[in-house]
Amino acid sequence: MPLKTEVITSFYQDSVILMRVAAQARGQPGVREVAMFMGTPANHALLETAGLATPQGRQACPNDLIITVDADDDAVATGAIAAARSALLETRNARRTGSAFLPRTIDSALRTMPAANLVSLSIPGAYVRVEAMSALRRGLHLFIFSDNVPLADEIAIKREALQRGLLCMGPDQGTAYLGGVGLGFANVVARGRVGCVAASGTGLQAVVCRLDALGEGISHAIGVGGRDLSAAVGGLMSLAALEALAADALTEAIVLISKPPHASVLGPLEARLAEIDKPNVVCCIGAPPRRTGRTVWVETLDEAADAVVALLAARPWTPAAGHEPAQAAARRLAGGGERPYGRQIVGLYTGGTLAYETRHLLAAALGDDHGHRILDLGDDEYTVGRPHPMIDPGVRNRLIAEAGSDPSVGVLLLDLVLGKGAHDNPAEPLAAAVHEARRAAAQDGRQLAALACILGTASDPQGLETQAAQLRAAGIEILPTNADMARCAALLAGSDRRVS
Amino acid sequence: MNIELPSGDLQVVNIGLESFAEDLRSQGVAVVQLDWRPPAGGNARIAALLAALEDDDDDDEL
Amino acid sequence: MSTSIKRANQEAIRRIEEGNAMWVDLRLAREVVPGMDEHTVFHAGPPVAWRNMCGPMRGAIIGASMFEGWARTPDEAIAIAESGKLKFDSSHHHRAIGPMSGIITPSMQVNVVRNERFGIDTCSTLYMGTGKVLRHGAYDETVMAKLRWMNHELAPLLRLALHDAGGIDLMAIAAQALQMGDELHNRNKASNPLLITKLAPHLVKVGERDKVIEALRFIDNAGHFILNMVMAGCKGILDAASGIPGSTIVTTIARNGYQTGIRVSGTGDQWFTAPAPVIKGVFFPGFGPEDANPDMGDSAITETMGLGSLAMAGAPAVVQYVGGTPEFAVETTMNMYEITVAEHKTLKMPTLNFRGTPLGIDIRKVLETGVTPVINTGISCKRAGVGQIGAGLTAVPIECFEKAIEAFAATRGVSVD
Repeated sequence: MPLKTEVITSFYQDSVILMRVAAQARGQPGVREVAMFMGTPANHALLETAGLATPQGRQACPNDLIITVDADDDAVATGAIAAARSALLETRNARRTGSAFLPRTIDSALRTMPAANLVSLSIPGAYVRVEAMSALRRGLHLFIFSDNVPLADEIAIKREALQRGLLCMGPDQGTAYLGGVGLGFANVVARGRVGCVAASGTGLQAVVCRLDALGEGISHAIGVGGRDLSAAVGGLMSLAALEALAADALTEAIVLISKPPHASVLGPLEARLAEIDKPNVVCCIGAPPRRTGRTVWVETLDEAADAVVALLAARPWTPAAGHEPAQAAARRLAGGGERPYGRQIVGLYTGGTLAYETRHLLAAALGDDHGHRILDLGDDEYTVGRPHPMIDPGVRNRLIAEAGSDPSVGVLLLDLVLGKGAHDNPAEPLAAAVHEARRAAAQDGRQLAALACILGTASDPQGLETQAAQLRAAGIEILPTNADMARCAALLAGSDRRVS
Repeated sequence: MNIELPSGDLQVVNIGLESFAEDLRSQGVAVVQLDWRPPAGGNARIAALLAALEDDDDDDEL
Repeated sequence: MSTSIKRANQEAIRRIEEGNAMWVDLRLAREVVPGMDEHTVFHAGPPVAWRNMCGPMRGAIIGASMFEGWARTPDEAIAIAESGKLKFDSSHHHRAIGPMSGIITPSMQVNVVRNERFGIDTCSTLYMGTGKVLRHGAYDETVMAKLRWMNHELAPLLRLALHDAGGIDLMAIAAQALQMGDELHNRNKASNPLLITKLAPHLVKVGERDKVIEALRFIDNAGHFILNMVMAGCKGILDAASGIPGSTIVTTIARNGYQTGIRVSGTGDQWFTAPAPVIKGVFFPGFGPEDANPDMGDSAITETMGLGSLAMAGAPAVVQYVGGTPEFAVETTMNMYEITVAEHKTLKMPTLNFRGTPLGIDIRKVLETGVTPVINTGISCKRAGVGQIGAGLTAVPIECFEKAIEAFAATRGVSVD
């Protein structure tokens, strides 16, 4: 089969595009060789040497394109030439909208955003130190969502930050607010005059949501990470944050939220609190209520919000005695129906601090060996290879189903966390799982009570009312706060309804 | 040194979960998302050397 | 108290930006290249012994040996090389530079390019053209004839014209060409004609009509005639920024077909080498990857200075060499910003809103990001005597940078053991 040539006049192309297209055309079945060259003298000589020169090709001028094909038959050759031609035109006409180019280093990011003032880190914990130090050296504050940051790294980062007058919010900090901007899993809350320091994520969320509901707002909420008040870290960031809020013009009252600090940190903490010239509330969950100078110590998260609201209104505040919502709910649940409740309370929490609060309240009400199971589903054992339960309902749904078929379980405690970063309709899968578990229990002749508290505000994207309505429709009893929910559960557990 | 809370707008470099960048943008915050991967391709020794040879921004040309 | 790395790098960038590149002369290598004695052969890339030299480099040495009169036949040339009679070294050690095999011998005419601010002169031979040429390892009679004509006829004429012009500012041409879609390494569609434009009046003034026509046609057909002097210019500028203690800026990227080597300002003349990579590319008919020589040449000096593939965003046409769209060109340059410390004050790309090209490859950033400098390059046949067989893309091996950071850390007394 002789060579087939087509000459395209006045069709200049760079020689290597031509090589590339020729290579593609060569790949077709039945094609032995494809030569694509502009008709320059040098190329004519090359074609002669390669045995690919043709009478037609020899006519081509330097601005003409020669396409010569050696193929099994004419049809194949024609097809190859046509394919080559359209590939060339395609290359010529190729237009793609540019995709956004993402920088790979902080330096590179600073070139496009020279006035950056914060770095948010949610990368594996082993790599946090290098990036954090890099950020601090460039004068940027830190929000570290990452967990599993080695303790030594946390200490080094915080020392470096303080030396430079910068924030290190974290590690393992789920939520923070700076200048009205929510970082991490943040509810949409009003801007206002209460400043928070939080060694916790959901604890902070609980407090700011309640403040928002009570008509107050947040100036800043500085997260300090769950380990800050440990002996090793020594409260480095908490102490500095308290000082910063004390000096902040927007902040008129301060709330500190954490688990109980290590004994060695308590002294410096109290000393720093005593220096603050603004009303301040400390919720170290479980610490006994007391008053020292301007500082009010409260036991639970909801009390922290209540107390600071009272202080701002210059009203005195004492812990409530009655816990009416919990009692009313317990009466409602215990009073109806003949089917018995299993004895055990199972708390399935997405918020670690809420789980902690509940454990404390149950132990206070029922003694340490009460035997109930309060789980923090954000713990490592549940989250290996899985997203956090605030985003992914899978693990909790499975545990709810197990509870439904477990005759010893009588009460489920559930938190529903709204806000940015959380699931966009968390009530839906939760309601469905609970509905099914209650149905399974009922079929088995048992009652399964489901209590929930919602961590959210009227402005949250999920829609507070529609979320609540979905829960109620599944037979879930909604309590106003986690403390109310825990107290209600304690009351139910103390009742006489047991499985025989 | 006392901490100086950022005054003015927050401008964020987001390293990690892209959803955080989206959440910030939805609040009207300027964000640059980093295309991050472990430094030195995960080679711990080289990464350690790099960390020891980092620039310090205090050290600026006059 | 030693200078910080940051300040050392700032000094390196300052020197690069203060440098210039004037093509001032054409002279015999033996007269102007330091260390160019008789029976001396300088080559591209880091130092390499004859026994490790690749086919095309040997081919070029064969051709050069015959040109010099050291041998009458290729076999004689090989015998002389193997006997140890020839002295080989990196051109880079001798203020000289060359593309592909980059072979320079005493009787060759060389461009002399001057970095006036720092008083550094660098040299390169004249560019022969494309296809079957000496630097790709071809040495048949057509190559030899061309070599003789260029050195004996063309060079003297160019010299007269150049002197009449008082020198030609190469970086001024580069800056202009960059805004006309060139990147000064593989795309010189504007820079080469600009050179001709500058030279032409002086050629006409000093030369015989027919010789001038011949010279102009040759330079035009060669396509990348300006490349060799631009390479010398880049080297002169970068040499001035070499040897700054504490600087992590790359001052040389060079390949010899056997190894790729880099040099870093803070570690002076020390080479950090790795096996030369294979080039991913497209081939002329009759050739394929099995014929290809590994990466070779000093022309990556252009990339080292923020031209070539680092400036690809400004040269959308060249990006089609490697199969893609203008977006790929932008992507390549944007990736290169990730590994550089500065942006050129004078070499700017209209396609990126006149942003300066990425300048100052920092070995730390290369290792941190894993992004290594990309190079567009020609592909030689691995067998001597054949010439160019294609073109494509390659990168500098990360191993070079790993070795460099270890050596650099040692100069700072930093260890992680």
